Amino acid sequence: MANLPGTDRGSAWLRRFGYVLLYFLLSLVALLQILPLVWLMLFSLKNNQEVFDMAPFSLPATPRWENYVKVWTEGNISLYFFNSVWITVVAVVFTVLFASLVTFAITRMRWKGRSLVLGLFMVGLMIPVHSTLIPLFSLFLKLHLTDHPLSVILSYIAFNMPITIMILLGFYYALPREVEEAAVMDGCSVHRIFFRIVLPMTSSVISTTAIINMIYNWNEFIFVNTFISTDSYKTLTVGVQNFIGQYTTDWGAIGATLMISIMPILIAFLILSNRIVEGIAAGSVKG
Amino acid sequence: MDKVMSNRLVAAMYVLPALLLLLILVYIPIVLTGYYGLMQWDGIGAMTFIGLDNYARLLQDGTFWQSAGHTFLLALFSALSLIGYLMIALVLSGKIKGANLFRKIYLIPMLLSSVAIAQLWLKIYHPSNGVLNTFLEAIGFSNPPAWLAEPSLVLYALFVPILWQYAGFYILIYYAALKNIPESLVEAARIDGASPWQIAFRIKLPLITEVIKVTVVLAVVGSLKYFDLIYVMTDGGPNGSSEVMASYMYRQAFRSFDFGYGSAVGFFLLLICLLVTWLLRKATASKDTIQYS
Repeated sequence: MANLPGTDRGSAWLRRFGYVLLYFLLSLVALLQILPLVWLMLFSLKNNQEVFDMAPFSLPATPRWENYVKVWTEGNISLYFFNSVWITVVAVVFTVLFASLVTFAITRMRWKGRSLVLGLFMVGLMIPVHSTLIPLFSLFLKLHLTDHPLSVILSYIAFNMPITIMILLGFYYALPREVEEAAVMDGCSVHRIFFRIVLPMTSSVISTTAIINMIYNWNEFIFVNTFISTDSYKTLTVGVQNFIGQYTTDWGAIGATLMISIMPILIAFLILSNRIVEGIAAGSVKG
Repeated sequence: MDKVMSNRLVAAMYVLPALLLLLILVYIPIVLTGYYGLMQWDGIGAMTFIGLDNYARLLQDGTFWQSAGHTFLLALFSALSLIGYLMIALVLSGKIKGANLFRKIYLIPMLLSSVAIAQLWLKIYHPSNGVLNTFLEAIGFSNPPAWLAEPSLVLYALFVPILWQYAGFYILIYYAALKNIPESLVEAARIDGASPWQIAFRIKLPLITEVIKVTVVLAVVGSLKYFDLIYVMTDGGPNGSSEVMASYMYRQAFRSFDFGYGSAVGFFLLLICLLVTWLLRKATASKDTIQYS
């Protein structure tokens, strides 16, 4: 490769300088992306005096883990946290299940109106959540579902359905027909084909969509903020927002609260980063 | 085979739960938003039909147009920032060691909730103890501004965390697209003596035009409905100087309890989103799409 014409153009020194410059640039961007979070972690372990007197990126003499204990036990953060967990899990399970059923029926079964139904879901990708907020609020009010977790869960399922189906589609189209044919020959019912054969075969793309859904739901703000007013049903994003209102001056407590709210996603990212990167690339249509 | 897989009852069973949710929670509300826009309504009491009054009011509402202007500015900044993201992706997609690690680090802010990001950046911008002003003072600026309290600065101060949040997302999309280009094409160009610049601008970029178009639509339409971060950081203030269309809609409906007018704003937002998507697709549609093979 080295003796191909064109690759040895320019001096080696210039090439090396170019690489150093590129690495410098890339590292600078990486630093800018990560430094605010490092700073957040540092001040979550300090008290106010340390935050104000020490240099921003200096380590505290002794990390003040009591900030975390305090916000976890004193306020409702633990309650918000568990609300986020179960609401996220329930919404993800139903979104992925319904989306799989729809995608299966559209791509593997034959019936009239398939393309119309698919079109309806795909146009749903373009509809801004905000434009539906007022009617949704009045709908849930009429159904006595405001201040009820069901309002939030149903909204998550409906609004994440289009993107989930979109990610599943390509995968379903690529499944070989022979598997179903063999199953039908053996006398399998459609349900058995879907639940016993197709669903297990799509487990990798299912986990990708599940992770994307998890990130969306965990971070969702406007539905919870609009529909839920009782503390006991709030999720972490909205809870954090109100909680910080009470601690406007205790920087350590604010830092600890924020760290608790982003920790599950960060840990998931450390463990599953390849799948998350893949999923976000696949789900890139949702901005 | 055909008989089993074209069972209409089963198809209906599989599609209906999701479809009903979509119709009830997405499509019917969209229609209702337009309908409520014709009403005088406080959200709880009786509705009064007032025709197109809300929409007429919208056209004459200076605050609304100011917020629309801010939204437009955000869309412009987001679209322009794509150039920077594209350059970074081009560099990353070259033969750079650690490209995967960089790509992952860039993505981290995108995983966090806008609320957490907003609270974090509120602290960064804190006038006296924030990391930004501490830094500025350390390098010799004696009186750095209170970024979020300054009407002339606040909007730009908000753009920074927004661009920060989405950088990794667009870099990732471009990176994935660039990695999809067959290595043989790039290799062939190299053998023909093309410089790295020529390879980037004459070969790689033209090959990912479709992806670039999609990201432009995403960035612009995403900016039109931008809400969470601004709502938490400034709530549109000081004095409306960082209000955007979505936050204005929210204020009218859920703060001023003018649900009719809020609906008119929401419907307008929907129309603009659909119109802009359509216009951008139309403007960037090309008949001769470049194929790899």
